[in-house]
Amino acid sequence: MWFFSEEHRMLQETVRQFSKDVLAPRIEKLDDEEGFNRESFYKMGELGLLGITVAEEDGGAGLDAVAATLTMEEMGAVDASTTLSYLAHTILCVNQIGKNGSPEQKKQTLPKLISGEWIGGMGMSEPEAGSDALGMKTRAVLKGDHYEITGTKTWITNGPNGDIFYCYAKTGDDRKDISTFLIDRQISGFSTGKKFSKMGMRASPTGELVFDHCRVPVSKRVGSEGESIRMMMRNLDLERITISGISLGIARSAIEVATRYSKERKAFGKPIGAFQQIQERLTEASAWYEACRSLTYQAAKMWDLGLMKGKEASMMAAKAKLQSAQMATQVALDAIQILGGYGYTREFPVERYMRDAKLMEIGAGTNEILRVIIARQMLGNDVVDAGS
Amino acid sequence: MNFGETAVQKELRDLTRRFVQKELTSIVEEDERVERFRPELIQKLGELGLTGIPLPEAYGGAGLGYLEYTTVIEELAAGNTGYAISVSVTGLTQIILNLFGTPAQKEKYIPSLASGKAIGAFSLSEAGSGSDAGSLRTSAKREGDHYIVNGTKLWCTQGDLANTVILLARTGEPGAKGISAFVIEKGMPGFRYGKREKKMGWNTSHTVELIFEQVKVPASNLVGKLGDGFKIAMTALDSGRITIGATAVGIARAALNTAISHSQQRQQFGKPISAFQGVSFMLADMAVQLDAAQLMVQRAAWLKDNSLPHSHEAAMAKLFATDMAMKVTTDAVQILGGSGYTQDFPVERYMREAKALQIVEGTNQIQRHIIGRNLTQVSHSS
Repeated sequence: MWFFSEEHRMLQETVRQFSKDVLAPRIEKLDDEEGFNRESFYKMGELGLLGITVAEEDGGAGLDAVAATLTMEEMGAVDASTTLSYLAHTILCVNQIGKNGSPEQKKQTLPKLISGEWIGGMGMSEPEAGSDALGMKTRAVLKGDHYEITGTKTWITNGPNGDIFYCYAKTGDDRKDISTFLIDRQISGFSTGKKFSKMGMRASPTGELVFDHCRVPVSKRVGSEGESIRMMMRNLDLERITISGISLGIARSAIEVATRYSKERKAFGKPIGAFQQIQERLTEASAWYEACRSLTYQAAKMWDLGLMKGKEASMMAAKAKLQSAQMATQVALDAIQILGGYGYTREFPVERYMRDAKLMEIGAGTNEILRVIIARQMLGNDVVDAGS
Repeated sequence: MNFGETAVQKELRDLTRRFVQKELTSIVEEDERVERFRPELIQKLGELGLTGIPLPEAYGGAGLGYLEYTTVIEELAAGNTGYAISVSVTGLTQIILNLFGTPAQKEKYIPSLASGKAIGAFSLSEAGSGSDAGSLRTSAKREGDHYIVNGTKLWCTQGDLANTVILLARTGEPGAKGISAFVIEKGMPGFRYGKREKKMGWNTSHTVELIFEQVKVPASNLVGKLGDGFKIAMTALDSGRITIGATAVGIARAALNTAISHSQQRQQFGKPISAFQGVSFMLADMAVQLDAAQLMVQRAAWLKDNSLPHSHEAAMAKLFATDMAMKVTTDAVQILGGSGYTQDFPVERYMREAKALQIVEGTNQIQRHIIGRNLTQVSHSS
């Protein structure tokens, strides 16, 4: 983008090279076997990617939303699964600790998370609370110097393999009584439940977190009791902007593969790119991708410049994700179509792009929820709530 | 016009549905995962009279029409696409022989295929020729009372399992006119299958390479006349378009039903998610598109059953139904949300399966080409 700084461009180069060297060689097999590229996190640590938004004085790279987004675009173009795990680690866990943790909490957790020695995750969703995040039921009851936490979290990226989780739980009966806790895998009463087999993002482990009267010291509570909603929602906004980068990356790769194929594959005596039906799919894909790219980086830049008030930021983030996610699914489907029979085999990456892209319309806020967020900003809460 | 189902169609639908519940439902997900096809299920389908539906009773078929055939294919697809495709392909083998074969060929091959005791396959595509089928390169050179076949074919469904394969090979000049059709039998020296494709979906269905190295095929195995191959293939594809359309309808209906049921059960914000317009209007659009697709497939089948021209309508039905299935299955995943993305539910599999339907049997781009050409060059009355 025209407003990328020199630092952004260098970062882009670095991540592109990292993705090519460390992610590309393994993704096909990991996707097939539902594995995880653990080693890549140590390398990301070395490159300073894991604490990308954390302040330098806390050991982070001190970079911005644009930097995080372009990192996800470059990684997502090669291996969307690992990028998703990276997002859960870096934005949903590390960024939150960096922004909201006490000095003590930061000191205890950030060094190992930023080096890659630990893998982080975040626990919000539950079996009965997906889109209705505030309907969560996991309960933390204060008992003197510790909380006892009971409940189940689901759809947790890095759930099966994470070392530490940034978890939300109810500390009161009101929907808004939500608090945040740093959960170590080792604590008593904590276990990871089932691991999901998924359509795509198969090299990003997804599982359940089970809390059975877990003893969590009060010192592990992040921020004040019952005060987490604002921090939770704010981070969802940043997550939506940056996760759009993954959609952009997937789409970009799909377009590249389809374009190359259209020049090389011959039928009826000519390259198939000579046929207008193929051109229509490619050009529409490319134009929509450009539009989403502009929208996403615009949202990231405005975030970094502090140009948007709270709800405006939520709306921009929602628009960026809503468009980018839908665009990536459609572009990936069209890329498969252009590659015909070959596109349907696992010999070419486009079928994986489609399987990976679809999740982006669901996780981190479904298309439907994002539309409600935008509607609230455009029409006002009174109008939107009158519909229920 | 009568849009209702006949008693025979209803009986076939129920019979197939029962077969699916008994034989497929419990094994499908695991078989998909390990990429296993069970040929014995084709035998079982044969015992139920479901593997030769449009073939004459004289050869062991059911002597019924495409309206009945598509009913069965739809129900099989809702169970597992691999078996719907398998029955369609083995059916295609028989249909080609029935339309173009000699009485001797029909007697020899159709009965065992119709009864499900043997499996059929159809081999047209190659690495260098998919949409441009007329440019295929596998050759069949006459030598005495044999043809010697050399070449490699690609994308052959159940080509490794088939007893009888209809092969399209070049016997003459370049282009469509130089192609002929042959019956290849499993075990013919020099004929073997190569690699099996790893695919996005249809993982119970085997998709293989066929390799021909100096295969001696008796001249009596020529189907139709020399040079008729392309015409035979195109006629076969007319039939295939209707069955692919039916497959699309079957998968899409299974996806829609799953989505409707989920939307009634899943509660968020204190109510079933079907209470939100965002969900119910999506379901509405899915249902309308599905209905339209089913009607188009049925119309093409009706025209065929009444010996009326149906090529144009079959192409339109294939195009519409498969694009519909892609959208409906994608939206079904969306409605099931996170759950829909996991392999705990079948909707992600339906979505992966729908994609192939837009590609096989003539890509949707080829369909548009055909339809557009029909509209602008041929005055069409239907």
